[in-house]
Amino acid sequence: MARKLPATDVVIVGLGWTGSILAHELTEAGLNVVAIERGPWRDTSSDFPVTHAQDELRYHIRHDLFLRPAQETLTFRHNARQTALPMRTWGTFMPPNGVGGGGVHWNAETWRFLESDFVLRSHLTERYGEKFLPEDMTIQDWGITFADLEPHYDKFEYLCGTSGYAGNLGGQKRQGGNPYEGPRSREYPTPPQKQPFGPTLWAKAAVESGFQPFPQPSGNLSQAYTNPLGVTLGPCTYCGYCEWFGCGNYSKASPQVTILPVLLRKENFKAQTLCTVQRINTDSTGKRATGVTYIDSNGEEWEQPADLVLLCAFQLFNVHLLLLSGIGTPYDPNTGQGVIGRNFSYQVTSSVDGFFEDKNFNPFISSGAIGMCIDDFNGDNFDHGPHGFVGGGYIGAVQTNGRPILSTRGPAGTPSWGAEWKKAVAQHYLSTYTTVTHGSSYSYRDVFLDLDPTYTDIFGRKLLRMTFDFHENELKMSQYITDRLADITQKMGPKVMEKHPRKGPYDVNVYQTTHTCGGAVMGDDPKTSAVNRYLQSWDVPNLFVFGATAFPQNAGYNPTDTVGALAFWGADAIRNQYLKNPGPLVHA
Amino acid sequence: MGKRASTAATRRRTLLAGAAAAGFLGLFTRGNALELQGMPAWDPLSGPPPDIVKPGPWQFFTAEEAVAVEALVDRLIPPDPHWAGGKDAGCAVFIDRQLAGPYGRSEGLYMRPPFDDTATDRGPQSPFTPAQRYRRSLAGLDKHCEGAYAGKSFAQIPDAEKDKLIGALQSGAVALEDSSGRGFFELLLQNTKEGFFADPAYGGNRDMVGWRMIGFPGARYDYRDWIERHNETYPRPPVAISGAPQWTPRQG
Repeated sequence: MARKLPATDVVIVGLGWTGSILAHELTEAGLNVVAIERGPWRDTSSDFPVTHAQDELRYHIRHDLFLRPAQETLTFRHNARQTALPMRTWGTFMPPNGVGGGGVHWNAETWRFLESDFVLRSHLTERYGEKFLPEDMTIQDWGITFADLEPHYDKFEYLCGTSGYAGNLGGQKRQGGNPYEGPRSREYPTPPQKQPFGPTLWAKAAVESGFQPFPQPSGNLSQAYTNPLGVTLGPCTYCGYCEWFGCGNYSKASPQVTILPVLLRKENFKAQTLCTVQRINTDSTGKRATGVTYIDSNGEEWEQPADLVLLCAFQLFNVHLLLLSGIGTPYDPNTGQGVIGRNFSYQVTSSVDGFFEDKNFNPFISSGAIGMCIDDFNGDNFDHGPHGFVGGGYIGAVQTNGRPILSTRGPAGTPSWGAEWKKAVAQHYLSTYTTVTHGSSYSYRDVFLDLDPTYTDIFGRKLLRMTFDFHENELKMSQYITDRLADITQKMGPKVMEKHPRKGPYDVNVYQTTHTCGGAVMGDDPKTSAVNRYLQSWDVPNLFVFGATAFPQNAGYNPTDTVGALAFWGADAIRNQYLKNPGPLVHA
Repeated sequence: MGKRASTAATRRRTLLAGAAAAGFLGLFTRGNALELQGMPAWDPLSGPPPDIVKPGPWQFFTAEEAVAVEALVDRLIPPDPHWAGGKDAGCAVFIDRQLAGPYGRSEGLYMRPPFDDTATDRGPQSPFTPAQRYRRSLAGLDKHCEGAYAGKSFAQIPDAEKDKLIGALQSGAVALEDSSGRGFFELLLQNTKEGFFADPAYGGNRDMVGWRMIGFPGARYDYRDWIERHNETYPRPPVAISGAPQWTPRQG
């Protein structure tokens, strides 16, 4: 029996980027907010100080900052004919855990999606015709436009202090920025990061090839910056420990260094850590959420009643909680009906390795969002007509580190051990440079999330089950953009170059990205979306679902900027529309 | 800020979930559920530095196992005139301490049944922990060598034979009793490279040999003065989490 706590105005599940933003915005509106976080409290000086933050084994290899699969995991299968098996350890992606969520250990690549990404199905259908899309591709429009989201992208970037150079300022194209980006209302908060040798050399090759390379937008800051909340971040030191690591320098944008120091001091906010939400409670009609039930680390069960429930957990676990709570109709791939678990998507990454003879890249001098890129092969920035696929990605020189356990290698044919291996890694470590693509992952009828029939978590709840594999369209896309990347990388002058386009089947052992998306997507139609354009549940209007969970499909960019922007967009809708008149903000 | 546990007596414990959730406690540096209101104070021991490995007796391996592992890591990363091999780099010590710790016990991993370890395309599904896998595989290796090399152990056979056998484990040509030879090879190789390149705090990478060999400056945390010095050799020697030899003046 859960013991009932005093009611609060708002309960937030998960205190990462979206939970922190929502908590801040709604406490500003005068509401009492309680956030419930499954993992521990974390801060820079205690948890990842510069004295030991730079530990590849502990943080990267042994996953110290991440969710423990023993706490919660999911099962995986390539298709509905297979039996799903549990992810017993993490491989292909790394779900976050603890205060700050993925914001603690991301690379901080801070990209906006393209204008056409938000109206993807209409745009592609108009340009190429309905028949150009694979029959089982279930991409759709978001229900919002880039213009709707622009002020909120701006808010998130100014919260973070993002370093970059605008390529489109209010409709004016500017040399040195991304010519394909949607119009920005103002310049980036801070100038671009400095570039090490690799990106500089690649950018030169890109210019020679007729492209306009630009610096990748970075949440690792080029200089000290004080954000609108009065919180100050320090300059990045190019240490090469970003993704998988907490930043000891206060220079990577995270909830810890942008928003929590303000939020935690508010009297109308509190957080519970190491408490796992079991379910969202609803009243007898099933149309109203009454709060959440959670279990703390002593095993005691609590009910937190609230007028408003905000799901701000990691993408996968938002979907898990919706399914466990019986909110919304679960997706059925046989009929195509139902929305919870529908349109799961991922990211399609690839790389090109260049082994050089006369170059020293000092790969350890880097940041997680360093690099020079081009966007000519992203989204629908190029004519797909001749190619027979849709989608794309940014490509460029964004090697983020030189940490030796995972980055030492030799060209193909190098043995994996013995004297020859030793000689090869000693010879190639400083003189190898890897360029990358970051491709879109569109949604399909047979790719989805549901509950596993066999495996349970430590609370006895059914695990989430993922059914996913790459489709022909994505593999063709990856081949094409990897070839274009290689065209440019070749001009850097490697002695040996190796292309690694993404190949199927999906390999869960190999890290790709933690950009899992969808499963409770946003849209205009309750038949094909779980939440409306304001991230509000169609079924339970006092429940909102944030994060990449809402992406109808994933674009060829890292998702966090869009996740942050959607959090501000949803917060704005709650503050300025919902609170005045609690109820559905859109009538289907 | 107050700890929830302070009024625990008034609360009803859910037994099943309680036992399960109590399992979390060992998984985190910070132990118990906290209610945060106001900024928590800096807590110097809440996110502790790594447990620095100390020299001393084997903590996991038996003496015989240790001899075999030292011989194995010294073939996976053989010594050469410039750089130490796996044995002198401390790779076996590293593996020993890892197996004696949370890694060896698969702590934090999902270890609930059913296990289908015939499946190879949906992530690792072994019911065995790394510690169990080493114990079984080393026993299997011993047995194999005894039969194949007239009663000799792995460490006693010539290097060329050792390499042949490792190659046969890698290719799957030699299977070990009770364990997959290839699976053991892959685990051992991964752990050996971890030991060669991880911070010396963990018992391997002795004298930062792995880092010096490739030119990695280690746990340095500030390259602002070097970011725009392109195609130049970085001049400073590596440092580790616990420092560098040149930081400690010699006595006398």
